Amino acid sequence: MMAVAKQQFLADLLAGRSLVEQGDALGRVRARAVERVGTLTVPTTRNEDWRFTDLAPLTHLSYQPVRSATALTAEDIAPFVLAESPLRLVFVDGIYAPQLSTPENGAVIVSSLAAALPDHAALIETELARIAAYEQNAFTALNTAFVNDGALIVLSRGAVADRPVHLLFVATQKQVASHPRCLVVAAAGSRATVIEDYVALTPEAYLTNAVGEFMLADDAHINHVRVQRESNAGFHVGHTAVSIAHASRYHGINIGFGGRLSRHNVDIVQTAEGGECELGGLTMVDGNQLADTHTSIDHTKPHGNSRQQHKCIVGGSARAVFNGRIIVRQGAQLTHSSQSNRNLLLSDRARVDTKPQLEIFADDVKCAHGATVGQLDADEVFYLKSRGLSEASARSLLTFAFGAEILRGIPLASLRTQLEQRVLAQTEQV
Amino acid sequence: MICQDSKTLLEVCGLRATVNGVEILKGMDLTVKSGEVHAIMGPNGSGKSTFAKVLAGHPAYVVTGGTVLFEGRDLFALAPEERARAGLFLGFQYPIEIPGVANSQFLRLAYNTVQTGRGRDELDPLEFDDFVREKMKLLEMNPDFLDRSVNEGFSGGEKKRNEILQMALLEPRVAILDETDSGLDIDALRIVAGGVNQLANKDNAVILVTHYQRLLNYIEPDYVHVTEAGRIIKTGPKALALELESRGYDWLSTKPGAEHGAGAAA
Repeated sequence: MMAVAKQQFLADLLAGRSLVEQGDALGRVRARAVERVGTLTVPTTRNEDWRFTDLAPLTHLSYQPVRSATALTAEDIAPFVLAESPLRLVFVDGIYAPQLSTPENGAVIVSSLAAALPDHAALIETELARIAAYEQNAFTALNTAFVNDGALIVLSRGAVADRPVHLLFVATQKQVASHPRCLVVAAAGSRATVIEDYVALTPEAYLTNAVGEFMLADDAHINHVRVQRESNAGFHVGHTAVSIAHASRYHGINIGFGGRLSRHNVDIVQTAEGGECELGGLTMVDGNQLADTHTSIDHTKPHGNSRQQHKCIVGGSARAVFNGRIIVRQGAQLTHSSQSNRNLLLSDRARVDTKPQLEIFADDVKCAHGATVGQLDADEVFYLKSRGLSEASARSLLTFAFGAEILRGIPLASLRTQLEQRVLAQTEQV
Repeated sequence: MICQDSKTLLEVCGLRATVNGVEILKGMDLTVKSGEVHAIMGPNGSGKSTFAKVLAGHPAYVVTGGTVLFEGRDLFALAPEERARAGLFLGFQYPIEIPGVANSQFLRLAYNTVQTGRGRDELDPLEFDDFVREKMKLLEMNPDFLDRSVNEGFSGGEKKRNEILQMALLEPRVAILDETDSGLDIDALRIVAGGVNQLANKDNAVILVTHYQRLLNYIEPDYVHVTEAGRIIKTGPKALALELESRGYDWLSTKPGAEHGAGAAA
C-alpha cells in the first residue's frame, strides 16, 4: 500500500512536467533521466541510507510545478543580498529571474543554463549529470528529468573570479516543487567562491529538490558555501557532487537551518593524486524539524588530503542525522584524512543519530575520526558564570560558539554576519 | 599589606565540602581583610584548589558545613554569577577555551554584565576597545589577542595573562588566583605577578593558591597558610614559604606516621 503510494508520488511529480521536448542538449539529458525515474521508488526507512529519515511527511502532500512565476523586486530579496557578491543569479521557485540577476560572460561565465545553451551546448551536454549520479537516487533522477534551466558557472583555464558568485534560490509558493540545478565547471588553475543559497519568502510547505555539480580540473580551487535556510514547513532534498583532480582544492561549507524535513547528500571523489578537500558543516534544528546529512569522501588516488568537521545543534523535539563515509581505495596510499562530528543536544527530547564510516583499503594512510554527542560542558558554563554571566546567557554564548566555529570558515563577512545572527536568535530562544 | 583601618572582606569558618560524596574540605578557617595578600600552599590533594572552586561556586562541589561571609553577606546564598558581580574573582588554573567566540566579545560581555550588576554604565564596543587595550599594556599583551577566540591556541602563559586581564577589567574585592604560576616560564611569571601587584590595593585582597614558593618571590604575601587534608594546619609570615621550600611539607604534617609532629614547627 505504502509502496504504491510512494511510487505514485514520483509519477505525480513527473506528470507535472509541461516541457515540450525539442531534442536539444538539455532535452537529451532529461530524456535519459525520465526513463530512469520510472524504475525508481521513493526510499523507505528499510533502505539503510534512509534508516533514520521517514519521508512520510513529504509524501503525504502533493506538489505541482510552479504555474505562474512570482515577480519579485530587488526589495524582496534585499535581506539575502551579499554586499561582497555583486555577481548574482536569482531563481524564484526554480524559474530564472533575469531582472534580479547580474550574469557575466568572459573568462568567467556566470549564466542561466538556458541562456548559455546556444553557445555552450557541447560543454553542457558533456558535463551536466556526469557526476551527480542518479541511477540509484530517485530525487536526483527527478531533478535531472526536470532540468530545463539552472545556474551555470564556467571558469576557463587560469580564470579567477575575483568576487564571489551568489546563486540565490527563493521559494515563494505553497505546495510547489522546484528542481534547482547548479553546474560549476572549473578548468585548470581557475579560482572561484560560490555561494549556493536556498531561502524562503513563504512559511508554507513546498519542495525544493536541488542538485549541484562541481567539477574541478587540475589545480582548480573552489570555495563553496551552501546555505539551506528554507521555511520551517518546507521540504528540502539536496545533492552535491564534487570531483577533485590533481592538486585541486575544494573547500565546502554546508549550513542547514530550515526545513520541516531536509536531506543533503554530499559526494566528493578525488580522481587524481594530491587533491585536497575541506568540508565543514553545521546543522541547527529545533521544534519538530528533521535534518539528515549524508557525506561521502572517496579517495581513489595517492597523496589525497581531506578534513571534515560536521556539527549539529538540536533543540526541541528535533532530530539530526549525520552519516559520514570516508573511503580510501586500494592504492590511495599516503592519504591523510580526518573527520569529526560533534553534536550538541539542547533538550531531553532532541535526538541525533550519527554514523561515521571509515572504509580503508590502503595500508599506508593516516586517518582519524571521532563523534561526540552531548550537552554543554558544566566547566565551561561555570567559567562564564564566574565572570558574571547568567546561566541563560552562558548557555546561549556557548551554543553560539559551538556553531560559530563552523561559520567563521565562511569567507564573506556579510553572509557570516547574517548566519551568526540567525544562530544567535535561535540560541537565545532556548 | 596589613593595614590599620582594614575591613574584613572574607570570613571562612569551619568550611566543609564534598565532591562525588567524598569530603575534601574538613573545616577550613580563614579571615581575609582589605589590603592583604594571602598565600595558600600545600601538597597535592590537600584541598587548596577545591577551596578556591567552592568559594567561586563550582557546581561539582557540595558545601556540607561551615559558613562563609563575603563583605558580611552569606556567600552561599549567592549564585556563582552573583558572587562575581559582588566582587569575587577566581583566576582559573585551567582556563576554558571557547572556539568561535572572540576574546574581545567575551571580555566586553563579562565587563558589561558585571558593570550592570554594580549599577554602572556599560561600554559600547569602541569605548571598550580603548579601555581593554589600556589594561592589556599592564600585562604586555599583544592586542591581537582580542581578535582570537577565547583562550583557543593560547600558550599556558597567554591563558594566565588573559585571566589576570579579566581580573583587571572586573576589579574584584577578593581575587582568588588558583595556581596562576603553573606552566609559566620566568618571563611570563614576572609579567603576570607584576600585573597582580599593580592591581592589589588597600581596598581589595588577593588569595594566591600555589604549589611553589617561586611565585611569592614576585608577589609578597602577608600571610602564608599551609593546608593538609582539607584544613589549614599552619599560618605564618612570608618566611614560612621559604621554610617550606627548603624543608618540604612533611615536617608540618599532623598525619600519623609523618616524620615529625606539628609541634616541631619553628
